Amino acid sequence: MSSSLWDAARAALARDRLAMACAAMLALLVVAAVIGPQILDFREDEIDWAHMAAPPFEAPGHWLGTDRLGRDLLVRTLHGMRVSLAIALAATIVSLVIGVAWGAIAGFRRGRTDALMMRFVDVLYSLPQVFFVIILTVVFGRGPLTILVAIGAFGWLTMARIVRGQALALREREFIEAAIVGGAGPARIVVRHIVPNLLGPVIVFSTLTLPQVILVESFLSFLGIGIQEPLASLGNLIADGAAEMETAPWMLAVPAGCLMLVVFCFNFLGDSLRDALDPRDR
Amino acid sequence: MSTFAFVLRRLLGAIPTLALVVTLSFLLTRLAPGGPFDEEQALPPEVRANLEAAYGLDQPVYLQFGRYVQGLLRGDFGPSFRFRDFTVGELIADGLPVSLVLGAAAMLLGLAIGIPAGIWAALSRGRAVDRFVMALAVAGIAVPVFVVAPLLALVFGIWLQWLPVAGFVPGRPSDLVLPVVALALPLIAFAARLMRGSLLEVMRAPWIRAARARGLRERTVVMRHALPAAILPVVSYAGPAAAAVLAGSLVVETLFGLPGMGRHLVQGALNRDYTLVMGMVIVYAALMIALNLLADLAYAWLDPRIRREGRP
Repeated sequence: MSSSLWDAARAALARDRLAMACAAMLALLVVAAVIGPQILDFREDEIDWAHMAAPPFEAPGHWLGTDRLGRDLLVRTLHGMRVSLAIALAATIVSLVIGVAWGAIAGFRRGRTDALMMRFVDVLYSLPQVFFVIILTVVFGRGPLTILVAIGAFGWLTMARIVRGQALALREREFIEAAIVGGAGPARIVVRHIVPNLLGPVIVFSTLTLPQVILVESFLSFLGIGIQEPLASLGNLIADGAAEMETAPWMLAVPAGCLMLVVFCFNFLGDSLRDALDPRDR
Repeated sequence: MSTFAFVLRRLLGAIPTLALVVTLSFLLTRLAPGGPFDEEQALPPEVRANLEAAYGLDQPVYLQFGRYVQGLLRGDFGPSFRFRDFTVGELIADGLPVSLVLGAAAMLLGLAIGIPAGIWAALSRGRAVDRFVMALAVAGIAVPVFVVAPLLALVFGIWLQWLPVAGFVPGRPSDLVLPVVALALPLIAFAARLMRGSLLEVMRAPWIRAARARGLRERTVVMRHALPAAILPVVSYAGPAAAAVLAGSLVVETLFGLPGMGRHLVQGALNRDYTLVMGMVIVYAALMIALNLLADLAYAWLDPRIRREGRP
């Protein structure tokens, strides 16, 4: 892809103040989630017997209060965000790798291969995904790895469809013909010529996949079939908070606020990226 | 193709999907490391062998599968592994009506508010109304059901005490208000956004300019010429919306203590109650397939191109 397109996209994105604010906010949250638990005074499973269910700013050192076991809510939320973000990132990478490879091969080979590969995608698509993710957690036990596999198992489908469509279109372009004439084999054409030209839509869709994964993971953890205590995730923190909201509403507000902020920022950034990378607008 | 043939073809097309759901969920649960009777305290081997024989777990997998499918065809989902006194079929019959009422009410409310809100926003494009509706829609999409539902319970149930927070008495509709609203909010947001975008696009079409040029009133232009075309993307969203409502009903039923299928499914998943989870997933899958079919039929009926040529 020519550098001018990327330059133009970067310029368009830089002009979009809200998108830049979202990117900055996400960077801040990621840094906080990664180093926060290291530098703050409490560990995520440390019990402060003197300050249980303390509201924000009341107990010394507990800036956002504590939960009913006296565990620091800020540290737990940052920890939960770390878990949620790590799972989201891993699942997105899994679906990106499978989806891009699958779609690029199907789109490039066309014909029977394409029909067969995309039929497989259609079949998986027709399954009720959330419910199969639940079956997978029942079968393989609850925990981060199961969630990752279960979400990854379905996450690549849309990516494969998008990439295939793009690859079909790219295949007809002159530079692919030139590469074939130049003696490049199919593997080289897919890896060196098709995939790099797919980067735009792939980046956009990945940005929009991340918040979806965070939501699914939190949904399962909220129901108690995702990430388990004492490991924190945004979902099980929200479930804890919902159980205590009558007496300790901050326990719901803090993790729920973080979750919404992350999801909103990713969604907004993804939309802005799409607009910036869309050549039709220029 | 006649409507009847179209419906028949779609119905037949749903059978392989359902068969796949049954097969996959059966195989996955048999693949599981550890059985349903693994508990903290190990059972004596004799008790375990008797239990497994009672549920047919000592037989080869293909025989178990054959028996399960035969049962399904008779409407028998087998016994629940945990709720020992109930069959899965009884638990489904117990929960299905509650879940259906909840889901249907949420769908209707979501579309009944979302579509007009989207139209209103599109017609007042760029003005305060538009920006307000779209800001709400963005919020409604970013905020998941499991955050909305506790917040609604907190504000309207605990602080204002207008509505009950938990529990369910048959025939007392006030118990369902908060759950239905919580499920409908994301739907309202999605429907409003889709409707606005689609109507704005249609209003730029040449035939709308033609309708205006004929001197029709703006109201007629919108209602008679733009809306029937603009509503199609919202109709095709009905399928995914149904999936979202069914998933959301798990959260809402658990949180508000409604005795629906979702709560049984979550309980079953927590207890590793294989037959219960399988049965529930199969019923949910059948519901989703049926709703997608309804959405497709509505689409075909509304789209004049399909109606006239008779094929989608």
